[in-house]
Amino acid sequence: MFDTLSDKLQATLGDLRGKGRLDEDTISKAMREIRLALLEADVNFEVVKSFVAGVRERATGQDVLKSLTPGQQVVKIVHEELTSLMGSGDSRLAFGRPPTVILMAGLQGSGKTTTSAKLALLLRKDGKKPALVAADLQRPAAIDQLEQLGRQIQIPVYRKDTQDPVEVVKYGIQAAQTAGQDVVILDTAGRLHIDEELMQELARVRNAAKPTNVLLVLDSMTGQEAVNVAESFFERIAFDGVVLTKLDGDARGGAALSVKAVTGKPIKLVSVGEKLDQLEYFYPERMASRILGMGDVLTLIEKAEAAVEDDEQEAMEARMRAGQFSFDDFLSAQKMLKNMGPIQGVLKLIPGLGNQLKDVDIDERQLARVEAIVLSMTPQERRMPHLINGSRRLRIARGSGQTIQDVNKLLTARKQMEKMMKQMGKGKALSGFAGKR
Amino acid sequence: MSRSWSELLGDGTGPVETEAERAGFFGRLRDSLGKSRRALTGELAAAAFDPGNEEDWERLEEALIRGDVGVPATAELVRRLEARGDLGDLGEALAEEIADMLGEPATLNLEAKPSVILVVGVNGTGKTTTIGKLAQKLREHDRSVLLGAADTFRAAAEEQLEIWAQRAKADFVGAAHGADPAAVAYDAVEAARARGHDVAIVDTAGRLHTQSNLMEELAKVRRVIETRLDGAPHETLLVVDATTGQNGLQQARLFGEAAQVTGVALTKLDGSAKGGIAVAIAYELGLPVKLIGVGEGLDDLRPFDAHDFARALVSG
Ligand SMILES: Nc1nc2c(ncn2[C@@H]2O[C@H](COP(=O)(O)OP(=O)(O)OP(=O)(O)O)[C@@H](O)[C@H]2O)c(=O)[nH]1
Ligand SMILES: Nc1nc2c(ncn2[C@@H]2O[C@H](COP(=O)(O)OP(=O)(O)OP(=O)(O)O)[C@@H](O)[C@H]2O)c(=O)[nH]1
Ligand SMILES: [Mg+2]
Ligand SMILES: [Mg+2]
Repeated sequence: MFDTLSDKLQATLGDLRGKGRLDEDTISKAMREIRLALLEADVNFEVVKSFVAGVRERATGQDVLKSLTPGQQVVKIVHEELTSLMGSGDSRLAFGRPPTVILMAGLQGSGKTTTSAKLALLLRKDGKKPALVAADLQRPAAIDQLEQLGRQIQIPVYRKDTQDPVEVVKYGIQAAQTAGQDVVILDTAGRLHIDEELMQELARVRNAAKPTNVLLVLDSMTGQEAVNVAESFFERIAFDGVVLTKLDGDARGGAALSVKAVTGKPIKLVSVGEKLDQLEYFYPERMASRILGMGDVLTLIEKAEAAVEDDEQEAMEARMRAGQFSFDDFLSAQKMLKNMGPIQGVLKLIPGLGNQLKDVDIDERQLARVEAIVLSMTPQERRMPHLINGSRRLRIARGSGQTIQDVNKLLTARKQMEKMMKQMGKGKALSGFAGKR
Repeated sequence: MSRSWSELLGDGTGPVETEAERAGFFGRLRDSLGKSRRALTGELAAAAFDPGNEEDWERLEEALIRGDVGVPATAELVRRLEARGDLGDLGEALAEEIADMLGEPATLNLEAKPSVILVVGVNGTGKTTTIGKLAQKLREHDRSVLLGAADTFRAAAEEQLEIWAQRAKADFVGAAHGADPAAVAYDAVEAARARGHDVAIVDTAGRLHTQSNLMEELAKVRRVIETRLDGAPHETLLVVDATTGQNGLQQARLFGEAAQVTGVALTKLDGSAKGGIAVAIAYELGLPVKLIGVGEGLDDLRPFDAHDFARALVSG
């Protein structure tokens, strides 16, 4: 609905109805838009290149050429390709003869310690008996941190006073096993992939621990370097999968695609908050949408299409894109939402909004009150909200049985919404990157 | 010549840094990167950059994109280079344009006594570590320093900062887990005044810029500091991880709005990431970089030097 890439592709490819086929030049322009969108999402440069080459091949195929809506077709292709690339490989953790050892590794601050604790909690919910081992001997208070987290969720944490992490993990695994724990999660110090000494140390830890699973913990905000990071860690410790962290933010997370593309290793888990229950299994489809900046846009479009008449929706979208959002639009949106089911679920699908709504409780009654206010406006006021001065506010408040503060709040909210729409409609200034400048 | 601490702090105290120490970091950086990365300047110089050749321009753009400079700032840099006509030494010309985008050499405004530095940023970027290192440098430059642990959320955040305070011989104000961070900030400023310290540095919990309740909490911390001491906080530093991609821009934008950031500390530049997002931040928001983090040790903090940075960005 607000997806800038599909808008742009629509603009580039959409006006071809009737012409019958796409020429090279137009396809190139469309590929350029895709390239820009992926770079904006932090997908590594080289990965973008090869990915787009693949999309281009499919896009010049029969389906698109014949299609009346080539723009949409291409979006679909990009989305499908991304999903299948992200989705290949086994995203489950492996469990062998107990204890199952899980080694966590990654750059400084990526989220290893927090994720270790979260994973322990998640696995306990699955009926396992996990333990944690504090093998980060570098960072000040790292052991403290893990112990405090362990205490919060009542998971045992093993530690040992030594300078050598290899000793710690050997001891920790042994002790946990003796105590009857069947999963042992090893938290290690953050390290740079170019730090030879520490990378060797990590390899030694891996050799000593013989982990069943090695997980690379990767910050979803990582930029172009994700490729080098992943390659180096892979060379040294051959990780089996990736945990993508801090996805509760608004980073598009293109690094995930980069890592998958260069190592072939799947994302196994995603971390979506600082709280210890905020670790989830991975859905490639969602990730593809996110990288493309689409939210779960496809689902949303489907739902919306089912719920409202096409022309009504189109008119509204056009106005929204132009940054106008009258109270009439509000009412149509409201109607649309009502037809779509529980509002919380629907709002979550909107790009950029979903994550912010995580902790917000949407009160459906509140919406009914808002509707009452809007219905107390004259048609003219609904169309041109700036007309609503002090005395009109009072009238509307009385008419709707709400306070004047409530009316004011709604007016402010509408203004903010309009501003937001304007920003979304504008998209990013384009440069001449790659290809035509 | 690289920028010195005395220049950053606007004074003449503290240990004299040798040229080797000043130059040290980027030299080391280049060494460590040597083999694994393709050097832009090497690549371009070897083939002799030809302004008439579209492919050469493309390679230039690629190199900047690979350094996380982002599309808009890259496009602007290329536009400026094109406008120059004669490019001479491309590496140098590019470094000049990037340095120009990064703005005038920054200083830390720590005239007032006490001065307050508020440190903010998303999770795990290096706030606490940077504070420890900065305290050390300030101490070397004859400032007495107090650290305030207003991260009352993350497990062992207080313990971590306290260890840094001990390492840097700084005074320390802590608080119980879960305490109101604004109250801790207040106490820290209060204690710095009462105990006659020169600088108070306030650590805050990492938070994502999209979490509006936490951003509001941060704005409140700032307001409390403002009301406690006129002119404070004198500096509000946003700590950005050099490995960050384009999301860094949004971080800078929203932290800027919530906490009136005065400068960026760019950390983890000892890795292979170039930190090009700082260029995008300077270009789009005009926010200067003031400090760079180059390791996990007590001495691994440097004043930001635009020219050095720009050269490292476009070389291997
Ligand atoms: N918002 C958010 N914060 C997270 C997430 N995962 C971790 N964090 C936070 O990120 C910061 C760093 O997390 P840690 O678990 O300490 O990271 P680490 O990789 O162990 O760090 P080092 O041991 O220093 O290398 C902390 O503030 C965490 O609370 C997440 O999914 N979302
Ligand atoms: N290599 C390197 N590591 C760094 C640098 N600065 C910080 N770190 C490491 O990054 C990790 C996170 O640093 P912290 O100082 O705990 O980060 P923070 O921003 O305070 O984290 P939260 O409070 O959890 O949000 C630690 O392991 C630090 O040692 C740097 O310049 N270079
Ligand atoms: Mg850790
Ligand atoms: Mg911290």
